[in-house]
Amino acid sequence: MTQTNQSYSAAAEVGQVKTRRTRAQRIWLTLKKAPPTAIAGMLIITFYVVVAILAPVIAPYGEADSSFGSYLPWSAEHWFGTDQIGRDILTRLIYGARNTIGIALATTVLAFIIGGGLGLIAAINRSYLDQFISRGIDVFMAIPSLIFALMLLSIFGSSAISLIIIIALLDSTRVFRLTRAVAVNVAVMDYVEAARLRGERLGWVMRREILPNILPPLVAEFGLRFCFVFLTIAALSFLGVGIQPPTADWGTMVRETANLIQFAQFDLKAGLTPLLPAACIAILTVAVNFVVDWFLHKTSGIRDEH
Amino acid sequence: MNTDPKGTPLLEMRDIRIEGYADEKWNPIIKGVDLTLHRGEVLGLIGESGAGKSTLGKAAMGYVQPGCRITGGSILFDGIDLAKAKESQKRKLWGTRMTYVAQSAAASFNPAHRLIDQTVGATVREGLKSDAEARQDARTLFKALTLPNPDTIGDRYPHQVSGGQLQRVMTAMAMSPRPDLIIFDEPTTALDVTTQVEVLMSMRKIVEEFNTAAIYITHDLAVVAQMADTIKVLRYGEEVEEAETRAMLDHPREDYTKSLWSVRSLRKPAEKSEDIVLSIDTVDAAYGNKVQVLHDVNIRLPRGKTVAIVGESGSGKSTTAKVITGLLPPMKGQVTFNGDPLPPTLAGRNKDQLRRIQMIYQMADTAMNPRQTVGEIIGRPLEFYHGLKGKALETRVVELLEQIELDASFYDRLPSELSGGQKQRICIARALAADPEVIICDEVTSALDQIVQEGILRLLMKLQEDKGISYLFITHDIATVEAISDEIVVMFQGKVVEQGIKDDILSPPHPAYTELLLSSVPEMDPDWLTKLLESRATA
Repeated sequence: MTQTNQSYSAAAEVGQVKTRRTRAQRIWLTLKKAPPTAIAGMLIITFYVVVAILAPVIAPYGEADSSFGSYLPWSAEHWFGTDQIGRDILTRLIYGARNTIGIALATTVLAFIIGGGLGLIAAINRSYLDQFISRGIDVFMAIPSLIFALMLLSIFGSSAISLIIIIALLDSTRVFRLTRAVAVNVAVMDYVEAARLRGERLGWVMRREILPNILPPLVAEFGLRFCFVFLTIAALSFLGVGIQPPTADWGTMVRETANLIQFAQFDLKAGLTPLLPAACIAILTVAVNFVVDWFLHKTSGIRDEH
Repeated sequence: MNTDPKGTPLLEMRDIRIEGYADEKWNPIIKGVDLTLHRGEVLGLIGESGAGKSTLGKAAMGYVQPGCRITGGSILFDGIDLAKAKESQKRKLWGTRMTYVAQSAAASFNPAHRLIDQTVGATVREGLKSDAEARQDARTLFKALTLPNPDTIGDRYPHQVSGGQLQRVMTAMAMSPRPDLIIFDEPTTALDVTTQVEVLMSMRKIVEEFNTAAIYITHDLAVVAQMADTIKVLRYGEEVEEAETRAMLDHPREDYTKSLWSVRSLRKPAEKSEDIVLSIDTVDAAYGNKVQVLHDVNIRLPRGKTVAIVGESGSGKSTTAKVITGLLPPMKGQVTFNGDPLPPTLAGRNKDQLRRIQMIYQMADTAMNPRQTVGEIIGRPLEFYHGLKGKALETRVVELLEQIELDASFYDRLPSELSGGQKQRICIARALAADPEVIICDEVTSALDQIVQEGILRLLMKLQEDKGISYLFITHDIATVEAISDEIVVMFQGKVVEQGIKDDILSPPHPAYTELLLSSVPEMDPDWLTKLLESRATA
């Protein structure tokens, strides 16, 4: 053995070791470097969430309070006027945030639990079970989802619960596809094999070995899926089978005030009223997309040219 | 294009400096290296991983990877300063006057196009030859590179040829425009020895034939000794020394170079033992009940000893490991552990049976979850098998870290913050944490460079002495086998050719396949390849 070999030290092999930061520090650093669009997106989302949570405090009137005249114009008492049965539009917009976002969020979470769970199981299993689930999902996906949703809603009725379950089931097909696709790549890694050789249970392998490594695309998908669910609910409500009155929601509000748009030539403000809930939907969708775009860019591994 | 005689300078790099961006700052990768290459000359660049070999090799083409930049120096290629040249100007040279052969041919070909279309692509696009001429020439090159069926192999797709063949097609692609300079970036590292010899032969032949200058990047000294006229040793982005190949091999000046030379001296005396801990008896195995991979395999592993399984890729080495671990239940035969038959499937084994046989993988990168810290990785088997928790768990992890010659400061690190050798040590610690009797080592050192390799092998030997662990060491590297094993099993096409004590297997007479395998291992003699060619030609 030579002198050099004796002085060789494995611990000294990597000269520079970066100092490990706490999670909070890392998040703060990342946030500081976020592009303006992402910051705008996050501010808008925060604003929506605050409004949704504090709806009863902020709203000037009650959610279903119809004690005012129908179709009142914009004024100091009713900033955006009232609707066809005399409810305050601003109040309905604020409560709408709560109902629409709440239901959309619950639906998306449920879709991820179902689709993500099945996707992980299929990816680890890779045998008959995988084939069975995957082909079953394919069949589901072959049916246009809006039509399928209309059909199921007319069978089971349009309660908030059935709305959540039905849309979640339909959207979980796409979550399944994504989860399975990304998890298959991780499931063949040696560390997953190592965990299986150790004798770990399926749940542990899913949760501790695979899930952390596929989280970035799933988080991005969560953002996008939330937008789609949100739009689906708005669309169903607009068609009249979504969230039922007197619960306020933006899709229904567009439908109920839609005919005001033809009065735009007499009163511009009245014409704008149906566009307000539509704008609420659009702005939130864009904001979520800004944040998701940034997140995808950060985690996709594309290195910026310096 | 090579009308100039051998000897005029083709490439001159002066005081080249390159930085890479990481951790929010610029870190130097190459710290002022000079390099001169004459026409028809082959320069070997060697050094351990992270020495900056590849970065320097690519810089010779005026190329730096995204996230890197050239901060100083000049790169004169035939009178053009590539360090200052415009992208469009460099693009004209790339693929025509200077070409590149990458380490992983499989990752470098487009799977959707035929080989010959990819081979002639740049040549035809730049109008150096007509399409028909280029194709005819490509077939000549395939022939010169001793590819089978040179006239038709180009019509295949990348997945239809073997790794060694693909590497040669890539060399043909690099030769097609008759470049002045070829950069070979570890072209044979991923190949097994018998294939490596063929690829080396054809590369050397073609470089000589066309008087092409080349830079040959590798960490394998024996390989570079066959290929290069001069050798340059790099370390930490600086030149250690440069000399003519023979002079460098005979009289290395610097201590570092000497240490590279001496690595191959590690050798453990073989011991025989009849106390068998693990035996595999008459095992047949197949994937999907169709492709039979193992035919009547018998292997015995004595307690506290090391048995090396050698053979080229596809010989069934890794499949044997899968049968032992229970990932692939055998069609016939059984695995016996401590005298008791092991249940064939993973699900049939209990925790204790699983604990006693541990596995270490070739690629430490993919064997560790990138989202878990070292503490979590090593701690999990302790928690899982031994029920350790909290403070006791932490103490034991630190103990294990010390056993693998690292320290407590590694506890919170992520795998991405470790070097290749350190990663492999963590994998060893994870296996040790289970307190096993047998560890299966699947090519554990083949992704590491030689000094690090030696460190890992010494560690494994020390652990064997201390704890009496038995190793089943799967490898295609004969040098490693010589260093660490007691017994050797030679496998070929799913069959055991022979098993015996190391010294018996390594000394003649050999069965034909063992002979081929052993003679293909490069030696530190610049004439080795020439001699081998001669002896095989006469045989």
